[in-house]
Amino acid sequence: MKTVRIDAKGMHYTPLNQKIRSAVADGAEEIIIDNVLGQRFIGDGVRGDVRIIINGVPGGDLGMFMSGPTCIVRGNAEHAPGNTMNSGMLVIHGSAGDAVAHSMRGGKVFIRNNIGYRGGIHMKQYEVEARPVLVVGGTAHSFLGEYMAGGLVLVLGIGKEKAMTDRGIGSGIHGGEIVIRGEVDDYLLGVGAKKFEFTEADLERIAPIIKSFCEQFGYDSAEFLDTNYTRIGPASSRPFASKYVWE
Amino acid sequence: MCGIIGFIDRTKSRMDGSSIKAALSLMNERGSGDGAGYAAYGIYPEYADYYALHVFFDNLGEPKTKVDEILELWGEIAHQEEIPTTPQPGLKKVHIPWRYFFKPSKDLMTGRMDSEKDVVTHIVMEVNADVKGATIFSSGKNMGVFKASGWPEDVGNFYRIEDYKGYIWLAHNRYPTNSPGWWGGAHPFNLLDWSVVHNGEITSYGTNQRYVEGYGYKCTALTDTEVVAYLFDLLGRQHELSHEMVVRALAPPFWDDIDRMPEKEAELNKAIRLTYGSALMNGPFAIVVGTDNGIVGFTDRIKLRPLVVGENENKLYISSEEAAIRVIDPEVKNVYTPRAGEPIIGRFTE
Repeated sequence: MKTVRIDAKGMHYTPLNQKIRSAVADGAEEIIIDNVLGQRFIGDGVRGDVRIIINGVPGGDLGMFMSGPTCIVRGNAEHAPGNTMNSGMLVIHGSAGDAVAHSMRGGKVFIRNNIGYRGGIHMKQYEVEARPVLVVGGTAHSFLGEYMAGGLVLVLGIGKEKAMTDRGIGSGIHGGEIVIRGEVDDYLLGVGAKKFEFTEADLERIAPIIKSFCEQFGYDSAEFLDTNYTRIGPASSRPFASKYVWE
Repeated sequence: MCGIIGFIDRTKSRMDGSSIKAALSLMNERGSGDGAGYAAYGIYPEYADYYALHVFFDNLGEPKTKVDEILELWGEIAHQEEIPTTPQPGLKKVHIPWRYFFKPSKDLMTGRMDSEKDVVTHIVMEVNADVKGATIFSSGKNMGVFKASGWPEDVGNFYRIEDYKGYIWLAHNRYPTNSPGWWGGAHPFNLLDWSVVHNGEITSYGTNQRYVEGYGYKCTALTDTEVVAYLFDLLGRQHELSHEMVVRALAPPFWDDIDRMPEKEAELNKAIRLTYGSALMNGPFAIVVGTDNGIVGFTDRIKLRPLVVGENENKLYISSEEAAIRVIDPEVKNVYTPRAGEPIIGRFTE
């Protein structure tokens, strides 16, 4: 395997991203970046199936517009990892800030621990196969899946008594689904969001995603395949029609 | 945008300004080169009993004569000098930063004002509103604000920020969006021992401004954040609310959250909302406030701006970005995102 190693200590994100792009152009299959600290836009717009390993805490908008690569972060991430990502995978061995998976259009974002506010905001999907997935191992703060138009947000609540305790879940959601392990109090639902029955068929549908998440972080998936979930989606396909249309 | 950092060493062990400058510079993307600033507490132990008045003078003629006259009406100046600076290619020195170590005297206060802090507040308001060419931008004891229009590194180097050692540091990198980028509009905003760094906008500024002006404060900095310093002074000093309660008044829980609280707590929260309705701040904000006994961080009620907290033994960090904290302390622990409106408080242990 062709591996390229980059020391990012004290490096600005522009030369860092130039190095990543030229490594990809030269046929690198794996890029290991050490001493990452706050550099924004890592892997943005990169295409192909390269594996990028990030040692440190990358700055905001990690993997934005990315199509194909797998980024593995050994540390926390800042705001909006997976912003408008097309395909590929982000695996974050820690927590992440606000607006994780912002406007994501495809691929997977896996966060081992917790995320901040507005995770999955504006997630969307165009086709069945281009369905973005955000999985959070721990918990998320308010406005999870805000204005969501497609895709799946899954919260496992590992180590938590309740997976979600912050409000505004699915605020303004008009497509896609939010699946949360265990019960969710009604008052936590945002405007336009509604609970639906979580069926055996639903579990079957998300089982491959749960297995894939567990594989990344070394969890036994059995525990997550034999448990209750709450499924939240839009109350109607156009919950805010009356706000924008006058007839 | 804007980038903010707050730091406290709870044991009052002092840190020089070089790492806070590096941390702020890491967030250059959050600024536009139109303003940066630092506040440091514990930097003037030799004048700990005096109010350190930092002033921007347009020139040392008439504006300074007027300020000298006002100060002499109220007390004594133990020492005064130009704040040492080093010219920076990227920073235009448009004001002369000056400092006075000043103390109101009992004799001059008798029959006029009871508290030294009222005197200093009065002087700050009078100079900033009425003396053309002079702005008092820092007026606490054993602390000082250093700010200008420029990038964080240039402003830090201009003031030789590494020469100061403090047990509280606040720093701010400005991206002005709706008010002019001038020296007095850079953060931190200060009155007495209160210093404020802020990322966001106070869209309730008009309401908040009218409220504090009813108590004699004058908003002269041409931007919204100034009012936060006066709200803290009014609620925290004059009304003697705890830091937790000040935050509760400025960023209170929503009514439906209050309805779900146990009765006693609900009563308290209703009382605060009703009493301090005009102090409630709307709009997106993440704020860190420096005080005489610690730092306080909080965000708006729906968390429209980032804020990250980290700790390492006696040190507490609050910042817009985790990476900025790690510049100062690579070993930082317990890093987390606080809840909207939740006060993050670091106090001295002694």
